[in-house]
Amino acid sequence: MKIWPIFKKEMLLYFTSPVAYVVFTIFLLIVGYFFYSIFAFFTVASMQAAMNPAMGRDLNVTDGVMRPLFSEERKSGTIELLLTYPVRDGAVLVAKYLAALTLYALMLFLTLLYPAIVAYFARLELGPLVTGYLGLVLMGGAFLAVGVLASSLTENQIVAAVSTFGVLLLFWIIGWSADNAGGVLGKVLAHLSIIDHYDGFAKGVIDTRDLIYYVNFIALALFLTLRSLESRRWNG
Amino acid sequence: MIEVRNLTKHYGPIAAINNVSFGVERGEVVGFLGPNGAGKSTTMRILSCFMPASSGSAKVAGYDVFSQSMEVRRRIGYLPENVPLYSDMRVAPYLDFVAEVKGIGRSERRRRVAEVMDRCLIADVQNRLIGRLSKGYRQRVGIAQAIVSDPEVLILDEPTLGLDPKQITEIRSLIKSLAGRHTVILSTHILPEVSMVCSAGRAVLPDGARPSPGGGPTRRGQRRDRPDPGRAARRAAGDERRRRDVRGGGPAEPRREVGDLPARGRPEVDAARTAA
Ligand SMILES: Nc1ncnc2c1ncn2[C@@H]1O[C@H](COP(=O)(O)OP(=O)(O)O)[C@@H](O)[C@H]1O
Ligand SMILES: [Mg+2]
Repeated sequence: MKIWPIFKKEMLLYFTSPVAYVVFTIFLLIVGYFFYSIFAFFTVASMQAAMNPAMGRDLNVTDGVMRPLFSEERKSGTIELLLTYPVRDGAVLVAKYLAALTLYALMLFLTLLYPAIVAYFARLELGPLVTGYLGLVLMGGAFLAVGVLASSLTENQIVAAVSTFGVLLLFWIIGWSADNAGGVLGKVLAHLSIIDHYDGFAKGVIDTRDLIYYVNFIALALFLTLRSLESRRWNG
Repeated sequence: MIEVRNLTKHYGPIAAINNVSFGVERGEVVGFLGPNGAGKSTTMRILSCFMPASSGSAKVAGYDVFSQSMEVRRRIGYLPENVPLYSDMRVAPYLDFVAEVKGIGRSERRRRVAEVMDRCLIADVQNRLIGRLSKGYRQRVGIAQAIVSDPEVLILDEPTLGLDPKQITEIRSLIKSLAGRHTVILSTHILPEVSMVCSAGRAVLPDGARPSPGGGPTRRGQRRDRPDPGRAARRAAGDERRRRDVRGGGPAEPRREVGDLPARGRPEVDAARTAA
């Protein structure tokens, strides 16, 4: 599997084009704002509170990260070269996904600045911080997987971004209707909700069901992406 | 080296190519000649394993493009039409990336990249962003990317498209210099290009394609599906016109027009084409 060279190329492209810097800056500003408002209003810096709005930021940022994934390659035609090199479609996909995930993880890493500031003024609970970040990586990973899928389906980056947003929003608000539905349906909906699975992480609890949910979610989205890449080989 | 048999590709109801057959021997530089819409790019995308044919078979370097695509992909260098390259990458790192993806080891890679940059005369722009290069340079980077792994077969789709006359001359001589090292198939809609670049002036026409304007695939596809009585007459008239376009008049069997082109033309050339 020639994942490494493609991974390197993706990272190189992230950092030679303005993408990474723009996304980083926006991300940090938004996180900083949330953090500031929480810090200022409650004065008690509870990581749990800071972690929840983190979800809101993810939506805006993930489409910046996944933008260059497949839509861009389709639009510029470079995909025709990439997919005729002696590399399996799956390797291309994994490399691209890992690159996006790495960029996202780097951004999360930068946000550690904020808890660090808090820790300077107050005692910080390490447990929820660590699990909270793990949860953010998983949830962001799920968002990115949807982004990869959307970007493989269309060469229009706007369409890709909007449909990603739509799908994620759907999985997000499913949780709300779960509360109203109640009963078995409510349970099923709650299980599908991408947000509900995050709650545990924010509270410092790692539940295997949540882990499995995110891993399955990512695997399914990547599997569908692979199919969509391969589909050009079917319609002969 | 390349063996194409009865290749057909449908986009929905439209046949982009219909029953194309031809062969290319090792070491040849062959022009794939046809007007816009004749199906040149389609054929090349099939040969480069980017997409499958609807029916028929194609072998490159002895391997089937569909069932043994990895083997084929290891042995080809491909330059798609419009030269899609990463604008945000610099030339040398880009070529290094391509070489690495094509499985060339680290130490070997440096040497190869330096070598192709010399051969393609792009060493002076190696640290420039590809997106900032002139069209002529981009084209050479595209060719460099195709030959960096020293592949047996080169597939070049309209390598002189969109270049100015000086750049065209440069690219043609670059391609000529590749002869002998690689088997080359290049597509073009410019008839004289074949005699200028190709070994023995050999050309293969996509089926139904003619070196004069007109004859898009849509019409061709329909003609095939629904034979109509007026067709033969129209076709004959068309052939007459085409012969004039190509050779400046004079009666000849249209199938021969390609083989006749360059003085060094090879008679069996056009046998490659499916019988009309
Ligand atoms: N992706 C596609 N979908 C539908 N039709 C296509 C597609 N690609 C090419 N065609 C059609 O197939 C025909 C052959 O196209 P092409 O192979 O690009 O010809 P050429 O390269 O000789 O100009 C054209 O009529 C074109 O419109
Ligand atoms: Mg073309």
